[in-house]
Amino acid sequence: MSVMTEVTIFVLAVFVGFEVISKVPTTLHTPLMSQTNAIHGIVMLGGLIVLGYASDPLEYVIGTIAVAFGAINIVGGFLVTDRMLGMFAKKPKPKADDKGKGDGK
Amino acid sequence: MIAEAVLKPGGTVATALYIVAFSLFILGLKQGTHPTTAKRGNMIAAVGMAVAVVTTLLLDGMGNWGLIIIGLAAGSAIGAYASIKVKMTEMPQMVALYNGVGGGAVALIAWSEIRHGINLGGAVPLEDLIPTLFAAIVGSVSFWGSNIAFAKLQDLIPTRPIGVPGQQFINAILGIGVIVLAVIIAIDNEPPSELLFILILLGAGLLGNLVVLPIGGADMPVVISMLNAFTGLSAAAAGFALGNVALIVAGTLVGSSGTILTMEMATAMNRSIANILFSGFGGAPVAAGGDGEQRPVTSIGAQDAAIKLAYADSVVIVPGYGLAVAQAQHAVKEVADQLEKRGVTVNYAIHPVAGRMPGHMNVLLAEADVPYENLKEMDEINPEMPRVDVAVVIGANDVTNPAAKNDPNSPIAGMPIIEVSEANEVIVIKRSLSTGFAGIDNDLFYEPNTSMLFADAKAAASEVAAEIEQL
Repeated sequence: MSVMTEVTIFVLAVFVGFEVISKVPTTLHTPLMSQTNAIHGIVMLGGLIVLGYASDPLEYVIGTIAVAFGAINIVGGFLVTDRMLGMFAKKPKPKADDKGKGDGK
Repeated sequence: MIAEAVLKPGGTVATALYIVAFSLFILGLKQGTHPTTAKRGNMIAAVGMAVAVVTTLLLDGMGNWGLIIIGLAAGSAIGAYASIKVKMTEMPQMVALYNGVGGGAVALIAWSEIRHGINLGGAVPLEDLIPTLFAAIVGSVSFWGSNIAFAKLQDLIPTRPIGVPGQQFINAILGIGVIVLAVIIAIDNEPPSELLFILILLGAGLLGNLVVLPIGGADMPVVISMLNAFTGLSAAAAGFALGNVALIVAGTLVGSSGTILTMEMATAMNRSIANILFSGFGGAPVAAGGDGEQRPVTSIGAQDAAIKLAYADSVVIVPGYGLAVAQAQHAVKEVADQLEKRGVTVNYAIHPVAGRMPGHMNVLLAEADVPYENLKEMDEINPEMPRVDVAVVIGANDVTNPAAKNDPNSPIAGMPIIEVSEANEVIVIKRSLSTGFAGIDNDLFYEPNTSMLFADAKAAASEVAAEIEQL
């Protein structure tokens, strides 16, 4: 891929990013951030590539840590986002539903 | 093991799969615009990530499977454990930490790339070297800056601004020094010097520490958003270095998101990003002017507050970070439940910086089962305020201060506020008349239609709920 192709992709992605993200309501900004943390975990691909082709001990160490960091982002990010969005999910609103009141801690 | 790798790195099939992956990210984020679809959107993005990871694992010539499995297993276990254990009040720390590991991963990848280039011998082409250096600098700043942000949010170090004399000067020298080193490496790139590269990582790391240390707790929403943007940009840079479209697009999406949030937070505080980063605001109380005068306030008990609320038609609750600190969100929900039982309309007015990260208060209230339809944004609720019978301010201070609107000389002049003083009556639940983060008196407390309920947020809310029930 030529540099200018990469720059083209980058510039278009900036516009797409602004367009899509600016429509996310403030209510969902915290889950948005944790989800972008997860998407940022894409750097694990870089970690996998450098580790997969690594050939000296220091590169092994660096690569393994990079892969682990990326996996923390991906797994942790998507799971915690899912957990948070579950709280926003519409709950049936029965009048005197006292279920789950005891665990208020 | 998986010896039969099938995809050529940079080949058509691999690139096509990466395109599928980033398309799923964009689709997932698009679904994130509404609470009912956001959960599905998160799943879609996760599927995209799975496609990207599997594609990479199948690349031709990949090896070191043992180490890959160790890294994947360790990271996944830590991430899964943390996501289950983290409390919603701790989300800002968690996101800070994730920003940090993301930036750290990028810096490490850049380092490995440089070593790879050196081992190959000869010159590393500038089109790879420049993004690698950029990724290293931004990644290292994000990693160390985020660690400091985490430590502050977790109360491991004081949240007040910590400054050293001549800080701006030191930061400037460090910043310039790092860039000069990068230029030297880029010029003398046959092969690039690893020692200089490590110095860049260290210098950028120190810079990350020094930039975040002087920033006060109230400005954390901006800092976290900004570090989020940084990590995104660093990932995009790594994508340029590795010639990987998935990294470029995904990193750019994250960078856009962080940038939008940073700008929104700064607007919500009516301060420029430079002012937030370099002023050390939000710590040392401003020398309180007019100390001597004692202005009269109206004080009120839980019972009277309960009566005012119970006989209102429309109530708006204005929560602030103090509510989260007091863990009062469930008690506040009790009050709302009692009021709704009596046919009172209850809404929540959420200021954009009511918490320690963008949207934090909304998550805390959602956790307490407050329906999201009742969470109103500032611009949505302000026009309604004159028709509100009682506004209850709980754990919020500066964001309700009418001085922001009325007093052009106030330090917070021009900051958008929730205009509670427009409501017929205001009840402020607060322990004392002390000042908020901005360190200034809140004129709201002294207005004729304001009653102060001096108590701990959680205790007061529980008491008011009990009183309403008995009415």
